[in-house]
Amino acid sequence: MKADVPKGSGSGLGETAMVPVRLAMAAIDAPLRFVQRRLGIGGMATFFLLPNMLIFGIFVLLPFFINFAYSMTGGTALFLPDRSFVGGDQYARLFDCANYADPNSCAEDTFWTAVGNTAWFVVLQVTLMILFSLVTALILNRDLMARSFWRAVFFFPVLLSPVVVGLIWKWILQRQGLLNFGLYGLGFEPYTWLNDRNWSFAATVGVSIWAHMGFYTLILLAGLQAIPKDLYEAAEMDGTRPARAFWRITLPLLMPNLLVVIVLVLIRAVQIFDEVYVLTGGGPGTSTLYITQYIYETGFATQLRNPGLAAAASILMGGVLVVLTLVQLGLGRKGEKKGARK
Amino acid sequence: MGHIKLTSVTKSFGAVDVLHDINLEIQDGEFVVFVGPSGCGKSTLLRMIAGLEKPTGGELSIDGKVVNDVPAADRGLAMVFQSYALYPHMSVRQNLAFGLENTRMPKAEIAERIAEAARMLEIEAYLERRPGQLSGGQRQRVAIGRAIVRRPVAFLLDEPLSNLDAELRGSTRAELAALHARLSATMIYVTHDQVEAMTLADRIVVLRAGRIEQIGTPLELYNRPANRFVAGFIGSPHMNFLEGTLEAAGSGTAVATLKGGHQLQVPIENRAFAAGAPITLGVRPQHITLDAGENSIPAKIRLVEALGSETVLHADVAGQKLLVVAPGQHDLAPGADIRLSLTAAPIHLFNDKGLRLERAV
Amino acid sequence: MSRLAEFIFRRRGRNGWHWTDIFTWVWLIGGLFIMFGPAVWLVGSSFKSPAALAEFPPSIMPYVTQKATIEGYDKPLDLYEVTMPDGSKKVLAEVRRIGIVSQMVSPEKPTEIVKVKIAERTPVRTMSFATSNYSEPFTHFDFVRYLWNSVFVTVTATLITLIVNSMAAFALSKYEFRGRTFAMLLILATLMVPLSVIMVPLYSIVSALGLFNNLWGVILPTVATPTGVFILRQYMLTIPDELIDAARMDKASEWQIYWRIILPLTAPALAVLAIFSVVWRWNDFLWPLIVLSRKELYTLQVGLSIYSGELNVQWHFILAMTVVTMIPVVLVFIFLQRFITTGIAGTGLK
Repeated sequence: MKADVPKGSGSGLGETAMVPVRLAMAAIDAPLRFVQRRLGIGGMATFFLLPNMLIFGIFVLLPFFINFAYSMTGGTALFLPDRSFVGGDQYARLFDCANYADPNSCAEDTFWTAVGNTAWFVVLQVTLMILFSLVTALILNRDLMARSFWRAVFFFPVLLSPVVVGLIWKWILQRQGLLNFGLYGLGFEPYTWLNDRNWSFAATVGVSIWAHMGFYTLILLAGLQAIPKDLYEAAEMDGTRPARAFWRITLPLLMPNLLVVIVLVLIRAVQIFDEVYVLTGGGPGTSTLYITQYIYETGFATQLRNPGLAAAASILMGGVLVVLTLVQLGLGRKGEKKGARK
Repeated sequence: MGHIKLTSVTKSFGAVDVLHDINLEIQDGEFVVFVGPSGCGKSTLLRMIAGLEKPTGGELSIDGKVVNDVPAADRGLAMVFQSYALYPHMSVRQNLAFGLENTRMPKAEIAERIAEAARMLEIEAYLERRPGQLSGGQRQRVAIGRAIVRRPVAFLLDEPLSNLDAELRGSTRAELAALHARLSATMIYVTHDQVEAMTLADRIVVLRAGRIEQIGTPLELYNRPANRFVAGFIGSPHMNFLEGTLEAAGSGTAVATLKGGHQLQVPIENRAFAAGAPITLGVRPQHITLDAGENSIPAKIRLVEALGSETVLHADVAGQKLLVVAPGQHDLAPGADIRLSLTAAPIHLFNDKGLRLERAV
Repeated sequence: MSRLAEFIFRRRGRNGWHWTDIFTWVWLIGGLFIMFGPAVWLVGSSFKSPAALAEFPPSIMPYVTQKATIEGYDKPLDLYEVTMPDGSKKVLAEVRRIGIVSQMVSPEKPTEIVKVKIAERTPVRTMSFATSNYSEPFTHFDFVRYLWNSVFVTVTATLITLIVNSMAAFALSKYEFRGRTFAMLLILATLMVPLSVIMVPLYSIVSALGLFNNLWGVILPTVATPTGVFILRQYMLTIPDELIDAARMDKASEWQIYWRIILPLTAPALAVLAIFSVVWRWNDFLWPLIVLSRKELYTLQVGLSIYSGELNVQWHFILAMTVVTMIPVVLVFIFLQRFITTGIAGTGLK
């Protein structure tokens, strides 16, 4: 992005609408000139940064740090001073398992179910998401008629709210839904997909891919379009086969984007909640209970809520996310360096 | 009005010293040009006077008042930036008015000042346009106009012509000179182009690596460069330098032995030197003649550039390069042997530290 | 691009159909149905009456079986077209159905019961849009309330996001000060602290500030977004510093520089952030779900999910309200998609 001049921004209507804003801004100016005299020009940087830093501090940093404190306390009380210190008990409880492969042998069996489900979800969803968005990006990168239309087609669900996504698919997958209608036409009996443990799991994977695929397609497409086309022309002159050109030119040059996308998909997949919560509510049973929902329900939604346990679980998840984010930032930096060298 | 004085001013960014001990006095109404290669600190010096950078040490005063801690807005100066820095989202008129509005000047007076500046700079026709719709030359005028309407104590101009094409640069230079004559305001002008410096300046300040190398009128710098750097920087094409040693003196002249063994008589006019000392002879290309007279040296031609009105010869004198600008046209080919005479040339002598060997007082 | 694509996928057969061409079009057309189909189906379904929604197989368009009020019967009866034994066709009303036999009456002779096999009758149906699906929630339920809450949260949060983040971005892009790198790193670090990780303590902080069950409790934690700071800062870095120097020489205060020079010039990036912010805040779900427990404070998303989770789901209302919830986002999609796609391609952010 580059700063270019907005053209004709001073239309009559806009101008009138701006009058109160202008007056307000001008009114703020007088006291701020006084502040500026006291702080100096450099000090005004602090002034500009302050509101943001305050909000960050109160709503992000502070919770982040007291989360550790929460994870070491017990009871159902909400406020930290009212809670009893229990040391590492919550963590011990989470890890109290006779056999880690079998969630039922654990003290906190739902946690391990959620972890197991999330692990499976992540593996399946990330693999398929990358595959689908890469194929779509490659196709959109072809010489298509009305390419921006096709790009929009795949991008459309990205903007939908997770609740809407969940409801749309709940409606389609229900007994009288569109899917059964289609299958009925092919001679199948209607089936209640979301009451089936395996199918509902598959549905959460499929729906989350449907909803977010367009986003990653877009990033990959941008990466593909950044590959100079004379490389392909040079390869063509060398008599390179298309498949070889894909493996030896497209894929290596797309790799920085692809890696970033993979990590982004991973980070999001680990935190999956909204659309699944609306679609299946974690069910049937605990077959689509993922880790964020476990934290939410442990911390807020159940009768026997246990904020300390939820905090401990969230810190464990946070650890995973921090590692993934650091990988992403590392990859991003590498990509930047590559870009700079070009 | 417009008297600016710098006393032992220094500036460092972190551990890097960009300006060392700058002492300079600029008189009211004077046109002073800071010139030097890029990175010499000339722009930093200007921005310090403007108030956009704070001096690390020393004292900066305007009209006798120390302004080290006075913010840029309150120094009463106006600046023309290299990129013009016109506000792209405002019309030309709004650009000119912005600074005046900030001082809560009455609207009528703002309009009057803008009209006057627009007339002076002939930009009336496009007062309602945005900078993006103007050509480079027009933008340049607007940038100057923005400074003029402020009626500043002094104008600071940071390479204002460097974004114009060569032709426009020439004509704008002349207009700037006329503008200075008309406004008779102090102007401080930064450039890396010595031609601009020579044509515009009352006085030139040559800077290198954060130090002032020499201050003087254009001709002083041309005729009596204080050191090898100034000698090489002022004048185009730049001065030739020949390495050699100075032998014992005769009356008013000495014999210089150039590298390669050629000998040359040099007027020394009582300049202080020690016999046998290594020296550098400086000769401007225009002062060398194609002449096989008594005090001449042999040279081999490597390249001939015939420009019509003059001929530029790239010659080789026993391994040292020499540039000659000979008036008129000469039928010479690369590889030819010629003789060059320095008899008529003012010869500048520099010692092994690069300093001018001055006449002993 | 064109030659590049051609080269990737087909090298021989430029005139014929290579298998990749077929694959491309299968993928695109399939994508068109899979991506748009569900939403279109949702919109179509939202106009169906509850009876039509319960039908299987469902009809594509919203149909209603015609009814007629017949003398001697309290309720209106469904009308059917019946093929009579003599081959003629007649419109009859169904009184009751026993097994495969339907007892019907003719509207002209209400007293005479005709027995018809159900295979020999088809309902008389007309297309009818159940607009009451839309109008009723607005009058009988709290949806107007939810809609207002969502609009309030979205607009307020977006305005604050723009102001707070542009100020921070200005400080971080145009000033040199001690701790600048630290502030940048701090903001960067918050990318690693998503809501799902800090929801328990954040909930307690919001409660301690008295913002539980308060729309401000939904708004404030979201407004300082690191992505917002980054988008704006990247953009502001492209604004030449000389403009700011010029404004300072023009006696502008720092605040004036911010709102008269920097903000107007950052307009394109502000527009992108505004669009993102509107979509984010409109779609927010988990955090409002936690903070808002009083019905009258629900946002649309929370209200929808609560209603759809009820035991006796009133799908006709849910579907209609889902469509309403989709509308702003679809409008953004139609009119501002270009900004969003370039924004994502440029920054890799969502």
